[in-house]
Amino acid sequence: MKPHLRNLKTKWTLQDYPDSTAYEAGYLTSKNAGWRSVRPVIDAEKCTGCLQCYLHCPDGVIFKSGKVVAIDYDFCKGCGICGRICRLKAIKMEVESK
Amino acid sequence: MVEDEFFYGHKACAGCGGSLAVRIALKVLGKRAVAVLPAGCMSAVGFNFPQLCFANNAIISTFAGTASMLTGIEAGLRAKGITDFVAVGFAGDGGTADIGIQALSGAIDRDDDILYICYDNEAYMNTGIQKSSLTPFGAKTTTTPAGKNAHGNLRPKKNMFEIVAAHGIKYAATASIGYLPDYMKKVQRASEIKGTKYIHVIAPCPTGWGIASDESVEIAKEAVDCGLWVLAEYKNGNYSVSIKPKNLPGLQTHIKRQGRFKHLTDDDIAYVESQRDSKWNFINQHWTVTQGGIK
Amino acid sequence: MSREFLSGNEAFAYGIRLVSPQVISAYPITPQTIVVERLSEMVEDGSLKSEFIHVESEHSALSCAMGANATGARTFTATSSQGLLYMAECLAYASGGRFPIVMMNANRSTALPWNIYGDQRDSLSLLDCGWIQAYAKDAQESLDLAILSYYIAEHPKVSTPFMVNLDGFHLTHTYEIVEVPESGLVKAFLPDYNTDNKIDFENPKNLAFSAGPEHNFVFKYKEHLGVLNAAEIISEAEQKFAPLFGRQYSGLAEAYRCDDADYILITLGTIFGLCSDVADRLRDEGVKAGVLRLRYIRPFPNKEIADIAQKAKSVAVLEKDISFGNEGTVYTNVNSALQKAGINISSLNFIGGLGGRDISEEDIREIFSKLRENNKGKTAVHFIGIEENG
Repeated sequence: MKPHLRNLKTKWTLQDYPDSTAYEAGYLTSKNAGWRSVRPVIDAEKCTGCLQCYLHCPDGVIFKSGKVVAIDYDFCKGCGICGRICRLKAIKMEVESK
Repeated sequence: MVEDEFFYGHKACAGCGGSLAVRIALKVLGKRAVAVLPAGCMSAVGFNFPQLCFANNAIISTFAGTASMLTGIEAGLRAKGITDFVAVGFAGDGGTADIGIQALSGAIDRDDDILYICYDNEAYMNTGIQKSSLTPFGAKTTTTPAGKNAHGNLRPKKNMFEIVAAHGIKYAATASIGYLPDYMKKVQRASEIKGTKYIHVIAPCPTGWGIASDESVEIAKEAVDCGLWVLAEYKNGNYSVSIKPKNLPGLQTHIKRQGRFKHLTDDDIAYVESQRDSKWNFINQHWTVTQGGIK
Repeated sequence: MSREFLSGNEAFAYGIRLVSPQVISAYPITPQTIVVERLSEMVEDGSLKSEFIHVESEHSALSCAMGANATGARTFTATSSQGLLYMAECLAYASGGRFPIVMMNANRSTALPWNIYGDQRDSLSLLDCGWIQAYAKDAQESLDLAILSYYIAEHPKVSTPFMVNLDGFHLTHTYEIVEVPESGLVKAFLPDYNTDNKIDFENPKNLAFSAGPEHNFVFKYKEHLGVLNAAEIISEAEQKFAPLFGRQYSGLAEAYRCDDADYILITLGTIFGLCSDVADRLRDEGVKAGVLRLRYIRPFPNKEIADIAQKAKSVAVLEKDISFGNEGTVYTNVNSALQKAGINISSLNFIGGLGGRDISEEDIREIFSKLRENNKGKTAVHFIGIEENG
């Protein structure tokens, strides 16, 4: 379970708004992918699934995928903490193409 | 720790230490955590309607009102017969040691059953890096500029851990995002204690500290390893060190790799080292010091 | 029902015990202290089952009340003067968050100079905080408002915090015979508080969030509607209240001998009693005098004022308040009501009682005599006991 993307309403009418400042928890309407200038790339050969990158990710975008880890690129900001924490050098930061 | 992510999709800067501290604590506490976040970085990046980034119940409090709102939530839920929850606050250094210290002191005085976590990035980062009372000696901020006359902040960091402990609080601890297992154990331990609990976690801000976005965890670990940030616990009237550094090295490298300290002279650094050394002299004499982390 | 000899503060505490809020958070300040002392005693003797939180400031009192209210719990706090100003940030927060907290405010002067006595500068200076503001005239109405306020504030069409104002000392410390209703009646009258605006473990919520320029406006508009809707719900509550409790209230304003009045004195709070007495005497002397008491300042009784003033020759507003550099705040609001209704009669403003200075029968007679002077279409601000004596 985690907050996830919803269909973002482009036009909000008065009725769409809650009457108070309370709304569904974990309601995401935008990604963070555009913030990235570099992206972490997992080397599945080197990754042992130790999960240090998962643990230390400030955005929680690294998750277990089989025996290794994968990244939710919608929300990864490319901070590089995962690459630095990985003792096996299984994560490389690559420059975003555009 | 649960696999669920409770703080996700937030707009914190890349490499933000504070967001890591919030994320990890919530993974320890799980879905029964009710989070209170005052005005500050974590509320600003987490709650911008309609982008709402907490999967659990979470609420923004007034800047000064983290502890008092926690008190109200705890009392309200209890009055409604709900007992299996943790009311947890996440306030920054300014929200804790400056504007929120009165409400925090009141909550500890009443021994309200709440967990208060201070994520300390050592300045008012949300408003653009202004000095707080937890800004360390020598740090350059936008309100303590480094110039010919003043080398950044002239005052030492307020000692929140011991201020809180002096209330006779049920449990207090310091932590670092560079030592997550230690932090997680302390959050877990605190959640099992009835009464007021306080955890002070050092959480570097790449933007405000002048470090790269991938360095925040490493710097937070280094601060512990060089003896500048002491990992400790206070319980039943006793202070104990959680992780003792192997030695107390020169601080030149650690300090100078942070942009906020670039202007410091050798004398300034020697002063910081002497302050650190005398603190450790005191700790070694008066606190319980065991090697190898908390049990 | 029992009859008790109670001060305004005590009557309010009795009302709160009948409502039985789940959480009470309060900090002491003169002249509010008796309320929190009585409530503490009631909690101690077991006659009130509330969590009483001894907060360390007024800011925390309201912040704590918001936290409790965000769990769906019914909450109460009380303050006065400096305390109200100290919690001002939380006032706007509570209304913006649509937390229907009830607060008693003992109207008291604001420093400087320091003064503990009654005027209405404290609450009226915070009129725009988004709270419903009621002003009681006596201890019985205080007790009844403690009950009515929850019905109104917690109504889903309103969801707005409610401030009940009692004139410091004049009402908070004055004893009267008060009818204290049976708790069964209050249970029959007041529904449980039900809301979606709360922490919910089945459907978790993010509350008290930020909203940027695109969305913020809508929340503020809805907040405004909530206060406006209160007018209808106040009336609904009073209609339901009357047959159960045997007392009928009159909505946003109470008119005394206004029907055929040429000269109407508009005021609020306890001074209404003396004003009505003076109106009686003037009637005996052949002067068609009337008094309109504004029971609520938010929502504002625009229609009630216009209806009454329609047939009058002139109106005066007597208030214990001044908006420095302009005029009394109530006067500004009354003039707006007259102007919107197209009523072009003279309206005079009388500022009195600041810092608790006595307003005498003679002062009120003087107001009516000024109203009777030919000042067609005139507006003027008078400071009772200042201008005349220099």
